[in-house]
Formats: sequence, C-alpha cells, structure tokens
Amino acid sequence: MTLLGERAWKGYRHERSGWWRPALMVLAPVAAILFQVYIPLFFRHLTYLELPLLVTVYFSLKRRNPTHGVLYGAVIGLVQDSLSSNPLGMHGIVKTLVGYFAASVSVRFDVENPLIRFLLGFFFFFFHQFFYWVLARALLGQELEFVVGQTLLFGLLNAAVCVPLFLLLDKI
Amino acid sequence: MEFLLHRYRNLTVLLLVIIAQLLLLAYQVRGNQEARLIRIWAVTGVMPLAHALESLRAGTVGFIGNYVALVNVRQENAILKKEVGRLKLENHYLKSELGTAERGKALGVFQQTSQSRTIAARIIGTGSGSNSKVVFVDRGSASGVQRGMAVITQDGIVGKVLAAYPTASQVVLITDATFACGVVSQKNRVLGTLKGQGHSITSVDHVQNEEKVEVGEWFFTSGDDRVFPKGLPVGQVKIARQGKLLQEIYLAPSGLEQGLEEVLIVLEGMHQPVPDGPQQPQALHLLPAPPQEPGQEPDANRRGLTTDADRLIERYRRIGAAQKHTFGEGAPGTRPPDFNVNPDAAAHAAPTRTPVPPPKP
Repeated sequence: MTLLGERAWKGYRHERSGWWRPALMVLAPVAAILFQVYIPLFFRHLTYLELPLLVTVYFSLKRRNPTHGVLYGAVIGLVQDSLSSNPLGMHGIVKTLVGYFAASVSVRFDVENPLIRFLLGFFFFFFHQFFYWVLARALLGQELEFVVGQTLLFGLLNAAVCVPLFLLLDKI
Repeated sequence: MEFLLHRYRNLTVLLLVIIAQLLLLAYQVRGNQEARLIRIWAVTGVMPLAHALESLRAGTVGFIGNYVALVNVRQENAILKKEVGRLKLENHYLKSELGTAERGKALGVFQQTSQSRTIAARIIGTGSGSNSKVVFVDRGSASGVQRGMAVITQDGIVGKVLAAYPTASQVVLITDATFACGVVSQKNRVLGTLKGQGHSITSVDHVQNEEKVEVGEWFFTSGDDRVFPKGLPVGQVKIARQGKLLQEIYLAPSGLEQGLEEVLIVLEGMHQPVPDGPQQPQALHLLPAPPQEPGQEPDANRRGLTTDADRLIERYRRIGAAQKHTFGEGAPGTRPPDFNVNPDAAAHAAPTRTPVPPPKP
C-alpha cells in the first residue's frame, strides 16, 4: 500500500471508529448468540463453542474498564438466560464476573499478545463452566455433571478459536 | 462514604449487579414465577433473525437443488411421460383392488388408532448455553400453542412447550435435566417417571426392584402427567439393573434418534392404548408375493414363508386338506389327522379318511 493509500485508510478507519466500534459492541454479541442458537442445529458439536463468552472477554479486555465489563457481561448473560430454560441470572452472574475479571486483568497484562489471549480464553472458559456448575448446584439444586477432562478440552478448543476471533474483531 | 464509593466504584458496581441478579433469581425460584418481559424481548429480538437465517438456508438449498434437478430434465421428462401412461393403467386396476379388499382393513386400523389434533412446527434454534437442552420452534401463541403442550414426532415424544411467545415457542427436550413425565412399560405395565439426564440417554425413576423390566423393552407415555397423551412411544430400555432401593433404568429416546427438524405440537391430545405387540421403529411396507409362473411348483419361500414355523403350518394345512380335516373343529378326544403321511402323496391318492367320532361313554 502506498503512503497516500495508507493515510487514506487510516483516516477512513479513524472516521469510521466513531460510530463503528459502539455498533460492533452490539452486533458482535447478537451475532455470537445467534450463532449459538442456530448453528448447533446442523453441527451439534459446536454447542460447546461459547462465542458470547469470548465476545464478553474481548470487549472487556479492550475497554479496560471493570464497570463496563460488569455491565456488558451482565447484559449478554441475561440475553443468554432468556433463550435458555434456566431462570434469568445464571449466565448473567457468571458473565458479570467474567467481564469484571477480564477488564481487571487487561490493566496488568499485554492483552494484545496471542499467547496471553489464548491463556485468557482458556482460563475464562473453565472459570465460566465451573462457576455455572457451582451456581446450578447451589442456587437451583440441579445435579449437573462437571467432567473436568471434557471441560479442559473444550477450554482448549475455545481458546484456539478466541485467538483468530479476537484478531478478526481487532481488524473490523 | 462517598469517598469510599468513588474509590471502590468498580467493586461497588460489581456487587450491586450481582446482588440484583441474585434477587431476580430468588424471585423466580421461590415464587416459581418468571421475568417474562425480559424473555419476550430477547426471544422477539433474536428469533426473527434465526427464522430469517433458516428461511435463507432453506431457500438456498432449495434453489441449488432445483438447479441441479434441471440438468437432464428433458430426457427425464420423456421417460416419465411413458411411465405415467403405464402407471395410469396400473392405477385403475389397483384402485379397484384396493377399494374392495383393503377398505375394511384400512377402516379398522383407522378406528383403532386415535388421532390427536396437532400442528406441525419447524425447529429454528436451540437454547443458548452449552448445558441447555431446549429448542425453539416457529409456532407460537398466535398459532394456538400454549405452555405445557406436548411435542412429538412420529417416532416418539420429543419434549413439551416451556413457553409460548407470539411468533415462536420454547420447547424443553426430554433429555433436559429438568424434564419429567409419566411412562409405562409395554410388557408388564410397570409405571415410572421419565427423567432427562442432560445428555442423550434418559432414565426411568421410581421403579421398584421387584418389578420386571427387560433390556430392549419399550416404554410408552402413561398419560398421568396430563401433558402427553397415553400410548405414545418414549424409547427402548438400554440398561436395566437392580439398585439399592429402586431399579436403575436407562432409555434411548426414540423421538430424538432421527434428529430434529420438524415436530408436531399436540393441541388436543387423545389417549390411546399402549400396544401389546413389539414396537416397530417405523412401519415397514411389504409388497405381496409375485404371482406363480404357470407350470411352476409351489414354493413356500416364494409365498413369503421364510421361517420353519411358517413351513410347518403350511405342511399341516396341506395334510389337513388331503385328509379332509378342518382344524379347530371336532370335540376333544376326536381322532386327529395323521401327521406322518406325505401330504403330496396323500393328495394324489385322494385319501378318504375322516375323523372318527369319539366313543360314546
């Protein structure tokens, strides 16, 4: 790209970021929830891809503001709860905590590093699943199984997806 | 105080949001009520998008399918025209045959099988969350769907309507950990409660160790739950073993085996008896045996007699015919036909043996 073209592209991105980033913060979770609701109809194994969680982590890391992470996680979790059979608040509480911790972590680490992103994706997936299991047992009395090996495996898969997904969200 | 709140603003917001959600949870769990408004917003916001995606997918698949089908369509058309002419002739013949021979039988089958009033619905989405076993269908309260209605397929029960929204309904599947319904076994009419396990296998609870349940046995709905009409297939027993107090029985749900794309929502259920015979997963239609060639020896296998029992019955029938004996007649003590004779030889010799009347006391 020539210098002129690069400047024009940067100018366009700067001009666009005024309205595009807030719009992306709404569109990305909607797309993630839609993916989670629709795609497993055809690819059953993709049920374990927690895109709403990854989107929560991404925007919490990006904004570096715990209050923002709390509210963002709470809203995404409540929408997820609305589309599940559980009472409202189960995913809400878990994603609230994820949003808070992700935003707090971003203040201390270089969250642009792919390896750090991979580790954070893995950690937050495991945290999400474990805390959801704890809440389901403690608050709802549901006897859900928590298979550690399976959760670790799905954590790795989600972490593997989160690196290119975060890169994609960086670019658009 | 203000200083503290300002200094720990993030933590305060976190605590407030979590406490608010805990209160919301407590309100729903303790009062057994739900925050329906939030759900309506979410479902009304997301489900039209899922519906549009599904329509787009179905339209694209249909378009591509139609385009592929157009290849060689002219050649196929000529072949099909010839075929239609031949089939029309056959159809006239078969209609007359069906009208006379099958009408009574078809009517009998129809009378025995009670029909519930149902509405077809298409699955347009699954529940959010990896632990969720719910799906969304494209029929809602506008189509007469109400909360608690049964959802079935031709293979068995699928779930029940958890919530009906104007344009879509949420269906909890029988594999969900919160699902339960009344079931009864086919052979010994053992009553139990079907419960979801959160994965592909369901369990039947509350069955005493003394009651007899076999592996491979079918379970049907009992109708006790007032959701599912009695007599719908539920699944086949995969594991049945003695427990400490109650049996441990696990079923493979038959309604979910073929995957879910379209389902029936039971608007008005009609109870029906639990069938006695073995449950067939799908009705198998068999053509009648082809006609016998002139001059060909009658062959038992060609008439559809494939087992030893079938061949034995056929042999006895021929022995009875050769000796002019009608099975099922005659008082106890009358002389039976001679089963040791060769029925073919006896038929050629035209035996005249008749059953001897029993000696008078």
